[in-house]
Amino acid sequence: MSTNSRWRALTHHHLFWPVAVLVFLLLVNVPFTPDFFSVKMTGGHLYGSLVSIVLFGSPLILVAVGMTVVIATGGIDLSVGAVVAITGALACSYISHQADQNALSGVLLAMGLGLLAAVVCGLWNGFLVARMGIQPIIATLIIMVAGRGVAQLITNGQIITINSDPYKLIGGGYWLTLPFSIFVVAVVVAVTVALTRRTALGLLIEAVGGNAEASRLVGIRSRRIKIMVYVFCALCAAVAGLMISSNTSAADGNNAGLWIELDAILAVVIGGTSLLGGRFSIGGTVVGALVIQTLTTTIYTIGVPTQTNLVFKAAVVIVVCLLQSPKFRAKVFGAKFGARFGAKGGAKPAVAETDTAASTDAAPKMEVS
Amino acid sequence: MAEPRPVLQMTGIVKEFPGVRALSDVDFRLFPGEIHALMGENGAGKSTLIKVLTGVYSLDGGTITLDGRSVLFGSPLQAQQAGISTVYQEVNLCPNLSVAENIFIGREPTRMGRIQWKRMRKEAAELVDRLGLDIDVTAPLSSYPLAVQQLVAIVRSVGTGDSDGQGSGTKVLVLDEPTSSLDRDEVQELFRLMRRLKDEGVAILFVSHFLDQIYEICDRMTVLRNGTLVGEHMVADLDQVGLIQLMIGKALDQLEELHDQQLHSDVGETLLTAEGLGRTGGIAPFDLEIKKGEVLGLAGLLGSGRTELARLLFGADQPDSGKVTIGGKQLSMSAPNAAIGAGVAFCSENRKAEGLVPDLTVRENIILALQAARGWTRPIPVAQRDELVAKYIKALDIRPANPEARVGQLSGGNQQKVLLARWLITQPKLLILDEPTRGIDVGAKAEIQKLVVSLSEEGMSVLYIAAELEEVLRLSHTIGVLRDRRLVAQLANGPEITSSRIMETIASGEHQ
Repeated sequence: MSTNSRWRALTHHHLFWPVAVLVFLLLVNVPFTPDFFSVKMTGGHLYGSLVSIVLFGSPLILVAVGMTVVIATGGIDLSVGAVVAITGALACSYISHQADQNALSGVLLAMGLGLLAAVVCGLWNGFLVARMGIQPIIATLIIMVAGRGVAQLITNGQIITINSDPYKLIGGGYWLTLPFSIFVVAVVVAVTVALTRRTALGLLIEAVGGNAEASRLVGIRSRRIKIMVYVFCALCAAVAGLMISSNTSAADGNNAGLWIELDAILAVVIGGTSLLGGRFSIGGTVVGALVIQTLTTTIYTIGVPTQTNLVFKAAVVIVVCLLQSPKFRAKVFGAKFGARFGAKGGAKPAVAETDTAASTDAAPKMEVS
Repeated sequence: MAEPRPVLQMTGIVKEFPGVRALSDVDFRLFPGEIHALMGENGAGKSTLIKVLTGVYSLDGGTITLDGRSVLFGSPLQAQQAGISTVYQEVNLCPNLSVAENIFIGREPTRMGRIQWKRMRKEAAELVDRLGLDIDVTAPLSSYPLAVQQLVAIVRSVGTGDSDGQGSGTKVLVLDEPTSSLDRDEVQELFRLMRRLKDEGVAILFVSHFLDQIYEICDRMTVLRNGTLVGEHMVADLDQVGLIQLMIGKALDQLEELHDQQLHSDVGETLLTAEGLGRTGGIAPFDLEIKKGEVLGLAGLLGSGRTELARLLFGADQPDSGKVTIGGKQLSMSAPNAAIGAGVAFCSENRKAEGLVPDLTVRENIILALQAARGWTRPIPVAQRDELVAKYIKALDIRPANPEARVGQLSGGNQQKVLLARWLITQPKLLILDEPTRGIDVGAKAEIQKLVVSLSEEGMSVLYIAAELEEVLRLSHTIGVLRDRRLVAQLANGPEITSSRIMETIASGEHQ
């Protein structure tokens, strides 16, 4: 195999462009922070920019992974931010009512409550989409709006603060020198990949998203699959919600997970999954989420003035989306980097457009800080 | 004799896809006022040549001249503006818009930036009227059957240029399989229109798998095989046998064989019974029985309820009345799953919308039905999966024989084979084939018909729907005749059953 064809195979890999953008963004930081790539051991914990990026990006990765499977069925879930808020609110308010906030059983029960609430939300979304035939964007809008109200009801409109060491572990603790969140994310990603690729679930999801009517006629129980993905997505958001509230030891019904749905959608698209449904890539989504988190970090390290944050982010996102479009690459870099099959990239640019629009709203509002 | 200058000349055309050279060094020319047939088997490169011509695909080599000027179209729109209009095999219109909107989409008559709805509707109605079609232009396109939608697509492409004067009208009209979903009368309407356009000097490029149609309407033909040019001939100089030999590159014994084939008489016990099965607006309640190893053909005009009957049996549509029993067990008809579980397979006439998942690979498309039946928790083991897929790719001669190829990129005939493979892999008891040979070349058509015969010999029942009566006659043990969404007769096939007998039944079926 010649170097040339290897290079070609590499540039045509579906993760090439997302990874290239991620590496580029990481490198941009070096002139501003020379020790950007160094990781130090302090007090038994590893510290460094790379660790922080993964740590702060954890909730987004979780939400985006759930979002990926929903988008693959041709749907979308706008309610994830609200689910993040509800979960955190439920868990924290339960713990705050405990006599001993450090009791493990109470913390586990609180987490269970949060996850259960998420399952209910997911079932509701799935029911509306799969059973009632309501368009996903509308169906999930209901919990997106109402869910925040529910979260505030739970917290009585206050920010509930707790003081629970076991709970603190999820989002703020360390294990084996690394932040515990990283392990949570690794487990969720691994479980998702195993669920979708080791079983036939991934294929059936892609079939439903690629051609719903054909899937029905081939005997795929697409309703069941749709309900499953919405429940799964809500569960991912719930874990993110536990993580965010654990990190701050507080539940903020108003702001927890605010706009995270937009960043998650963006991460999915950067990762190469089309908003039209069909083919999806969990690996791509993880890279996409890391790109967004790195971008947020970069904005701080290179000292972009606060008031131009959003504009700067939007500009980068536009570039990323353009790079993702085979049509654009073919125009700018020539056919070598372009679409593999001539002018067949019709769907991609449309996706990119949708997203640059969404991203300007998708302010860098990561909760964990 | 000095030939007139061709309006369109394509020289040395090359088009490559990864691993496939779809066209190599193909020449093609088209004269004004002629109807020119582009002939070839599936995958011979007909559609690719048309897509290169109309700017859908970019060119990898060669030149195109239109009216003596060298042209290169970056998009179908550019080609259209230059006077090349196209109607594709599959209807590419917006079903949710009205007929008038579809006809004028992209070139609506406007005044000061506002669309003149009244004028648009009026012009659309006039256009439709002129072509002798009875269509309400204000109704949504989706309210019409596929055949009428196809006619609207043709009306739309013919109408190009009408709204902005005579000058920039259509010079070249490309019709890619326009007749595959039309019945006899509709085909005649189309031909009348084609002749008129021809008299006006329009050059028409016509692709059809119906040889009789080619010989009825065309003046000249260009034959392709495996992406290369075989030759250009006047239709009058080449008989059908000669043409087929050019297309498939070998003698015609395969087809002859089929004509002489005897239907096996080994029909077993009853497999499926439908009693009083019906659906309002679909098909009137009917009784039907299919035996093991029997081929039941459905004959009837387009829109007579053939497809509707098949869909009801499969549970693709929910019946209002009646029941279906297979092997003594009554099926729940709320979804196709029950029928699939009982061993019924259904290949839709609408491959693109109801059959394939274009983004998935050949392998994934083939295993989809089997995997759906197993459920998501039990994936087919990789080794078994690859073996099954390889077996069916080989058995059905799917090209390219690459299980990783995206199905969307296969030619129509190969897509049909992928669909067939998907169901055959599940080893169904009853295979429902709705127009399996539509848009498929002679060679593949014969292959599929032979396959039906051998499957029924092995004991599989087949419900076979085809627009061509001869096809139904050739293959079926029993022929169900439909008329006006009613199953009017079931005839046992025999020497006394001929096309004309079936036509009579269709014609007289009204009072039965």
